[in-house]
Amino acid sequence: MSMNNNEKRHMKQSTKNRISNTVIYIILILMSIIWLIPFVSIVLQSFRIESTLQVGYVIPKQWGLDNYIKLFKETSFPIWYLNTLFIALIVALVQTLVVLSMSYTLSRLRFKGRKFLMNFMLVLGLFPGFLTMIVLYTVLKDLNMIMANAVPGLILVYVASSGMGYYISKGFFDTIPRSLDEAARIDGATRFQVFYQIIMPLSKPIVIYTILTAFLGPWGDFIFARYISNYNSSGMNVAVGLWSWLQKDTIAQKYTLFCAGGVIVAIPVTILFMCLQKYYVEGVTGGAVKG
Amino acid sequence: MEKLSDLEYLKLTKAQKFFYRLKLLITGFPSWLLGLGKALLSFLKNIILNIKNEFLDIFLTFKNGDFKTKLSYLFMGFGSIARGQILRGLLFLIFEIVFIFYMISSGTYWLNKLMTLGTKGPQEVYNEKLDQYVMTYYDNSFKILLYGILTIIFIIAFIYTWRLNIKQNKISEAIIKSGKKLKSSKDDLRSLVDDQFHKTLLALPLTGIIVFTALPILFMILIAFTNFDANHNGYSNALFTWVGTSNINQLVTWTSGSSNFSATFGEILTWTLIWAFFATFTNYFLGIFVALMINKKGIMFKKLWRTILVMTIAIPQFISLLYVSKMFSNNGIINGWLMDWGIVGLDSRIQFWENPTLARIMVILINIWIGIPYLMLIATGILLNIPADLYESAKIDGASTLQQFQKITLPYMLFITGPYLLTSFIGNINNFNVIFLLTGGGPTNQAYTTSGGSAGYTDLLITWLFKITTVDSNYKLAAVIGIAVFVVCAAISLFVYNILPSMKNEEEFQ
Repeated sequence: MSMNNNEKRHMKQSTKNRISNTVIYIILILMSIIWLIPFVSIVLQSFRIESTLQVGYVIPKQWGLDNYIKLFKETSFPIWYLNTLFIALIVALVQTLVVLSMSYTLSRLRFKGRKFLMNFMLVLGLFPGFLTMIVLYTVLKDLNMIMANAVPGLILVYVASSGMGYYISKGFFDTIPRSLDEAARIDGATRFQVFYQIIMPLSKPIVIYTILTAFLGPWGDFIFARYISNYNSSGMNVAVGLWSWLQKDTIAQKYTLFCAGGVIVAIPVTILFMCLQKYYVEGVTGGAVKG
Repeated sequence: MEKLSDLEYLKLTKAQKFFYRLKLLITGFPSWLLGLGKALLSFLKNIILNIKNEFLDIFLTFKNGDFKTKLSYLFMGFGSIARGQILRGLLFLIFEIVFIFYMISSGTYWLNKLMTLGTKGPQEVYNEKLDQYVMTYYDNSFKILLYGILTIIFIIAFIYTWRLNIKQNKISEAIIKSGKKLKSSKDDLRSLVDDQFHKTLLALPLTGIIVFTALPILFMILIAFTNFDANHNGYSNALFTWVGTSNINQLVTWTSGSSNFSATFGEILTWTLIWAFFATFTNYFLGIFVALMINKKGIMFKKLWRTILVMTIAIPQFISLLYVSKMFSNNGIINGWLMDWGIVGLDSRIQFWENPTLARIMVILINIWIGIPYLMLIATGILLNIPADLYESAKIDGASTLQQFQKITLPYMLFITGPYLLTSFIGNINNFNVIFLLTGGGPTNQAYTTSGGSAGYTDLLITWLFKITTVDSNYKLAAVIGIAVFVVCAAISLFVYNILPSMKNEEEFQ
């Protein structure tokens, strides 16, 4: 009797489970479609050559590579692309050094004023970052780092304040046992040796995470790049450039070009991201949990 | 209000507990304020005491010191050099020389002008050679303010260094008296990679933050008290000057009628908070929900689902958001499909971005599209860390899936992600990209536009700040809005930090 009951319950549960799994599959498939529609359609639109207008259908009536050829031959897109790539590479290098030294110091060294420093940066972080732009623009103008020469100016702006984004890697350093440092110190290692020879080799995930986010940042920045380049074509990055193609007076001629440009920007960045996804997830989950 | 004992508190239902805590918070507010006042007072007392001690110490060091110390009061670093610490001494001396040179050559000039921000504006001056009047420019208010601040900071730094130099002498004398040897310049250099390693590591990052963030923010706070705008740009059309608190008054005085600055500010602030609330919590709960679905036992292709979602993180937002924004425009794909399916006609296309309410709903919905993957990643990381035996024992006790979620998963998530929720709320208040790339702040609101600032219905404080700066060049109001954003964020953070400890009690497992 009891066996029977158990079996029944088991049966009931497995049908219930099957139903809930089916529902989940349906939701996940629907979600995947919603998530993929924009990306699939931007790729399809970039091959559409019958008109440059924005249209209400996805599948092109005439296919071709015209948009891509035009993109590289007739527009400033290559300049924007190289600008952004150059900025991203330099920023990835310098910002990583800055963020790592900042977070390492605040996590593992104890010195007078450490608490004050952290509170100070917390308070600074509550101001909107763009507020600083009004002053920086004037200063950069005096240094001739705006408009056509916006690239060095932008690098300076990104890198200079990057120390404030130390939270996630500090969270990582906090998890490395302090006894390691102490043992090395007793053996006569200087603090620099501890940093370079002991902590760094253990910190590969967070180093890669920091490089990755630092590299991706400049690709997506709009607000600073727009203000510093001030619509001067040779100083823009891809975000500002492609944005300017979708304004009221340009969209009719540039819509499909925008799609092609978007694809060209997205593909390498996405591939890079997908390759290093593991480290990104580690950084995000670890960092968010510790705040 | 009566304070309940622990036992009485535990007897309360959930709702009662919540209201009890809320009451505690509100009734406790005056005493909290009082405590804050007291702390501030004792802080001031301490400062005065400290300053007194400093002066006493400076005086005593001079009285008791040898001639090397005494001369150091005038020539910084003299004592160090005379005692053989050449490197330290030279650094002190060079700093003093640079300071004096700077003050004489330009420092005093900027300081004198700082009170007025310039007196001689641009004017037409008769030029004999050309035999006509030529526009000539004199003072530059912007530079006066900027260099004025820098000079004051330089002076403070000098006073600090001077004091350091005196302390140094006192310490050195004591060391010599006790018969020990002073550190050599070589030791000093070595300590930069050892005991003083933090100074080496922090030097560059901190300089960057101070020069490119702290100073500009200080400058902008001061700008809020001037009339710096398109008509007073400080150089080429007219000088700007101090106007006291009139800009801030404009913000806080509430006059009737909808076309004034404070009303516009109030409405945009309200929408900003509504947006931040929905953007944070829809993403949060839906993200957890999606993570639970993907991680459920028996669901296949986990990696595939995750990868599809993560694509929105990988692809730069300006591409995805701009494209999605165009998908929903009047002649976009969505309306195209709706027309193909016969749901709407050519004249009845849905104007996603022209209707204020619809536009607001759309930005929140599209933000979910952008935000779920991120939350899904975080939630997955945390979910995998929840001890599995919690679920096992819950199952044995006969808890349903829903009950398990309510009693185990959600409390655990809330407990761990409390600080994250706060930062993400603050981040959403300042979420420039989503709003600006999707709607550009539109649709335009006539009432907003007439009151200084071309703001629209979906504008947040941050995008409004951007527009006021780039379109209207109304820097003084931009500064005021920036300060307001700071006040709002700081108030929310303080509030949450103050109720967080009591929140944590609630989140204990029952």
